[in-house]
Amino acid sequence: MPMENNPVELVDRAFYFILGFSFLFLFAITAVMIWFVIRYRRSRNPVPSDVRGNVWLEIAWTVIPTLIALAMFVSGWQAYTGLRTVPDGAMEIKVYAQMFSWIFVYPNDKETENELVVPVGTPIKITLTSEDVLHSFYLPSFRVKIDAVKGMTTYAWFYPDKVGDFVFHCTEFCGTGHSSMDGALHIVSVDAYETFLEEEVDE
Amino acid sequence: MEKVPSFFDTPSPPRYSGVLSWLITTDHKRIGLMYLWVILFWFVVAMFLGGVMRLELMFRGETLMGPSSYNALFTLHGVIMIFLFIIPGIPAIFGNFFLPIQIGTDDVFFPRLNLFSWYLYVAGGGLALATLFIGGPPDTGWTFYVPFSVGTHSNVSTAVFAAFVLGMASMMTGINFVTTIHRMRHEKMGWFQMPLFTWSLYATSWVQILATPVVSITLLLIIAERFLGVGLFDPAKGGDPILYQHLFWMYSHPAVYIMILPGMGVISEILPVFARKPIFGYKAIVFSSLAIAIAGSLVWAHHMYTSGMSDTAVFVFSLLTFIVAIPSAIKVFSWVATLYKGSVLMTPPLFFALCFIYLFSVGGLTGLVLGAAGTDIHVHDTHFVVAHFHFTMFGGTGFAFFAALHHWWPKMFGRMYHFKRAYWAAVFITFGFLLHYVPMFVIGLQGMPRRYYDYVAEFETGNFVAGFGAAFMLVGLVLMLGNLMVSLRQGAVAASDPWGGTTLEWTIPSPPPLHNFIKEPEVLDYPYDFTQVLKTRRDDVEVS
Repeated sequence: MPMENNPVELVDRAFYFILGFSFLFLFAITAVMIWFVIRYRRSRNPVPSDVRGNVWLEIAWTVIPTLIALAMFVSGWQAYTGLRTVPDGAMEIKVYAQMFSWIFVYPNDKETENELVVPVGTPIKITLTSEDVLHSFYLPSFRVKIDAVKGMTTYAWFYPDKVGDFVFHCTEFCGTGHSSMDGALHIVSVDAYETFLEEEVDE
Repeated sequence: MEKVPSFFDTPSPPRYSGVLSWLITTDHKRIGLMYLWVILFWFVVAMFLGGVMRLELMFRGETLMGPSSYNALFTLHGVIMIFLFIIPGIPAIFGNFFLPIQIGTDDVFFPRLNLFSWYLYVAGGGLALATLFIGGPPDTGWTFYVPFSVGTHSNVSTAVFAAFVLGMASMMTGINFVTTIHRMRHEKMGWFQMPLFTWSLYATSWVQILATPVVSITLLLIIAERFLGVGLFDPAKGGDPILYQHLFWMYSHPAVYIMILPGMGVISEILPVFARKPIFGYKAIVFSSLAIAIAGSLVWAHHMYTSGMSDTAVFVFSLLTFIVAIPSAIKVFSWVATLYKGSVLMTPPLFFALCFIYLFSVGGLTGLVLGAAGTDIHVHDTHFVVAHFHFTMFGGTGFAFFAALHHWWPKMFGRMYHFKRAYWAAVFITFGFLLHYVPMFVIGLQGMPRRYYDYVAEFETGNFVAGFGAAFMLVGLVLMLGNLMVSLRQGAVAASDPWGGTTLEWTIPSPPPLHNFIKEPEVLDYPYDFTQVLKTRRDDVEVS
């Protein structure tokens, strides 16, 4: 179930754009540097030239990188806007973070701990808050990360486009249980989700 | 050059000798060397702490220690490396030693304040050490984020107070340098005759003076929260944890430029000397230092895209972050262009400087990924960030520090180290560095968060490989430091100008005499004019 302008694609496009240019720059700088060191080594070039600068070259290597940097900013900003603009019809799930687990509350008030179950094909909006210190909800497969802060509500959204299991982590350091404060996102069929919602909590 | 007694033989004040002649000295060179030994001590401590961390992470589950020890370990590694090594490293050692010499004077403007800064630095280090024995080491990370840092039972207050004291030391050094540059520059030396290392210290010092008070007050507020329960940052009492992050990064982001600018200054000194060619674009480098100092003070909230602050703030800080990338890029281009049509002599300092350019470029370019809002959301607080800042702070400032050690060692001690060993050390460190941090970019992109004591199976290979990199690096670092130490006894005696440099430190004996200049310094109209060196110089490296 593909979705138009899925933020995952926007984010990945920004990654490829920025990393692509970075590799290009890095390769060029390194290659030129090594070539100069070899070509102008003292044994081969005992008398250096007295070059102190070149205005046009300096203007060029100020202006061109500025334009590229601005293009990178724009691509990053577009991806960010995608991550922040919740589409209409999103289903809201409340998330409570605490040392050291995640509580999810579904629209019918059902609660789960460290397991998030959502139906495929419906955009999911999560609204978070924390019961104690800072935590951060990180869903790598969907490029989503947002802090949970006590006393305020934050949000993020993602589009579960395929059935499957994904992991999420806590990425804001919160103490001894920080690295084990993870859990699983289960994207299930709409029917399975309905059944899940009606199930009694058996834990 | 006639033989004159060096500052090692002529204590100042003159009536004391032995250890006391160091502990109460006001000579900027002796103070610089006292910083050298203490800073190296802390560097070695934090380096091994880092090594133990990576050993723990090589295998899943508990390898050496439990999570609480691991949390204390990465906090101490961070606090020591940042506050006791990277921030003071280059300015306090090489700045103290060479800034007065490079501007043709005999000391800093406030010599006693200079000594006092050293004592504050040592006291701050002592306090950091004391946390190990009183109340347990802090376990918050070097960022001391609230509300965690207010609630935890470990000894955060002492650690925070240590950082406060170290901040004072840093601020006083900044005030001293700015005043010295303004008031004590040789009368023939205009602003644009100043060497670039001095320029970089000038820019750094202003940031130290203006930004450090913000963190000092913030750190005191944490102590007030812990003891008095004021509630400034505690949501339960109507406080705001995000406010703390703003205050913390308002200093701590400019602080990364306090860390890197002096390193950039070192590289700008080394390249012309070994290319025997003027630095390319002297003024562009000066202005980019100032631009970094100014623009770098306006980008702090790019550490906070996921914090819950407004989207407008994300827009502004992301845009400003891309602006601050430009002056750094200009410097890199200028350094590479300096080599063009030069007469390049490979030496250990140049080798470290070239490694710096490569590693710092990687650090800078991956910074673009973090500056862009959408991509940062994915990699924020993951190992990608860990790799990124180690490329800039260690591959950048750390390598600049090593380059500076090798560049100025013969001047400071009058002895030359063993070249071949220095190269081997550099190769080990660089190879180990890449093997250590490149896998972290990969596992970071895959989604491994930082400050993780344990991890899921997906990240096993990367962490395992990184451990070997750490081992290579440690071997290289021990070899490098050992080589330098051995040179103090066995090294060849260095000439006053072993490399063929043009700045004033190369016109005086090695090691320098007490008042630096025996005869009136000759200030060049352009600080990197190699005409004279090319006319008179016979040997590539002069030792006797």
